[in-house]
Amino acid sequence: MLVYIVRRFAGMMVVMLLVAMVVFLIARVVPGDPAAVMLGSSATPDDIAALRGRLGLDEPLLTQFLLYLGQIVRFDLGESIFLNRPVAQALAERSELTGLLTMMSVGIAMLIGVPVGILSAAKRGGLVDQTAVGLAMLAASIPSFWIGLTLIKYLAVDHAWFPVAGYGPPDADLLERMRHLVLPAIALGIPNSALILRFTRTSMLDVMSHDYVRTARAKGLPPLVVVLKHALRNAMIPILTVIGLTTAVMIAGAIVTETVFGLPGVGNLIVSAVLRRDYPVIQGALLVVSAIYVLINLTVDLLYAVVDPRVRY
Amino acid sequence: MASVPAGHGSVPLPSSAKAGNSRSPAALLLRQLFRRRLVVLSFLIMLAILAVALLAPWITPFNPMKMDILGRLKPPTAAHWFGTDEYGRDVLSRVMLGARLSLLVGLLVVVVATVLGTLLGLAAGYIRPLDGLLMRLTDALMAFPDILLAIAFMAALGPSLYNVVLALGIVYTPRVARVVRAACLVVREMPFIEAATALGASTPRIVFLHILPNLMSPILVQATFIFAYAILTEAALSFLGVGVPPTTPTWGNMIASAQQYFQQADWLILFPGCAIVLTVLSLQIVGDGLRDALDPRLQKAK
Repeated sequence: MLVYIVRRFAGMMVVMLLVAMVVFLIARVVPGDPAAVMLGSSATPDDIAALRGRLGLDEPLLTQFLLYLGQIVRFDLGESIFLNRPVAQALAERSELTGLLTMMSVGIAMLIGVPVGILSAAKRGGLVDQTAVGLAMLAASIPSFWIGLTLIKYLAVDHAWFPVAGYGPPDADLLERMRHLVLPAIALGIPNSALILRFTRTSMLDVMSHDYVRTARAKGLPPLVVVLKHALRNAMIPILTVIGLTTAVMIAGAIVTETVFGLPGVGNLIVSAVLRRDYPVIQGALLVVSAIYVLINLTVDLLYAVVDPRVRY
Repeated sequence: MASVPAGHGSVPLPSSAKAGNSRSPAALLLRQLFRRRLVVLSFLIMLAILAVALLAPWITPFNPMKMDILGRLKPPTAAHWFGTDEYGRDVLSRVMLGARLSLLVGLLVVVVATVLGTLLGLAAGYIRPLDGLLMRLTDALMAFPDILLAIAFMAALGPSLYNVVLALGIVYTPRVARVVRAACLVVREMPFIEAATALGASTPRIVFLHILPNLMSPILVQATFIFAYAILTEAALSFLGVGVPPTTPTWGNMIASAQQYFQQADWLILFPGCAIVLTVLSLQIVGDGLRDALDPRLQKAK
């Protein structure tokens, strides 16, 4: 087990090194001088030279990359050009909202995807199954920002059941904040529930074709026990994988949802950084989100051993 | 789409009947593909949207760019089926023109991702020393969620239609590369490749003439799904204002510019949104149908 963890961790470091390289190069493929682009047309040559010096742009590319790696290892993501504060701090300030939004969205996607997927597999080929599979495909085809706008129009504007936008006053308690995130979480959760539903269904169908499930049925166990106790437990691994994957995808999906609902989260930070060409923020956000993505995948792999006692690394 | 349950029986369609008589691979594929009514329906919808996209400049009921300030924000009427927007432009005409642009972006992304992905996949699958390096590179690119990587590339490249194509093309290249590599590893070990090698065929000849034709099925399936994802992601990028410049009426841009008005004028987001959903949905259903039709395991079962 320990050997496996170490090996996986080493593999992860290699991927993260390549990720850092991609992130590093993104700010270097900008046509023209990155410093001039960041400062805009009103900058004087002295300003540009000063920023070039501060960003280390006059060094050779490899030296720049090594310097960048050195910073990352010390958890230093650089300074934002427009926010006058370290990127890490800006990200931390916004992460509460995005974290809460992601958790609520994952919860909604799971609450829809897993039970309906199980039901769909248990009633394979029936009307329920076909409807569920059809709806899942529909849900996966709807842009989340469109769901968001539609929810705002009908549930927040026409009926004032939910706040139209924003995150409430600064002193709002957790419950009040969560109320502001209900519609965003639905908008983000619905398209992502589709993938969870399809994986749950496929995984359950796969397990339910095994002999031991037939035996359990033949023993005369109630269908509910067979499905939930015998089949589900073994079907959990792919389901867990897809939930982990969806969580990571939703962190990115939050970028769009936060824009729709005017939420001051990490996504909002990223979009305004792109519009202002604040490259240190873009790079820092990319690095952190992909690190979370990779970490979630690792965690899921390690969780297999907990869920399935047959898995021994 | 839920109102049309997926049927599994074969459908007596003229096209499938005709296909049954010939024995070309394409005809057999179509016959397999059209076994399900829903796939036939989606295929027809896809063709219809494609026709609108191709013919848009000639068949829009109004000039999609013509403003009419007095007739702004009018709900759907007999003259303007989809209503008018904040400048009094006809929404139906703009949705039709949007089909042209959104489909163009999707199609170009498919071309970029498929060509690059196939070349990389073949290189990784056939040239052993390159495999490890190329696959770690795809791992790294796939460690970013699609939309985030696309946003990052757009930040570097600047907003333009062709930069969106380039950014999304790079984002989806690893997906094609992985599928091609996996299939290439299987085909490479087959006896006919050994025979070709023994006959002294050159590496490019083996790769492009003997291996590539056998990888067409997975590439085709993947291309269909990438078409669907590209349309969705382009819409999201344009909605965020980091995609195609706002003056170009893609579906995403139409919804983005309606943001200030949709609370009073919901038709402004309803119709472009439905266009996206219909297009992406029919592409996904056709993609699923293709996968089922091309899967050799499923064919044996029948």
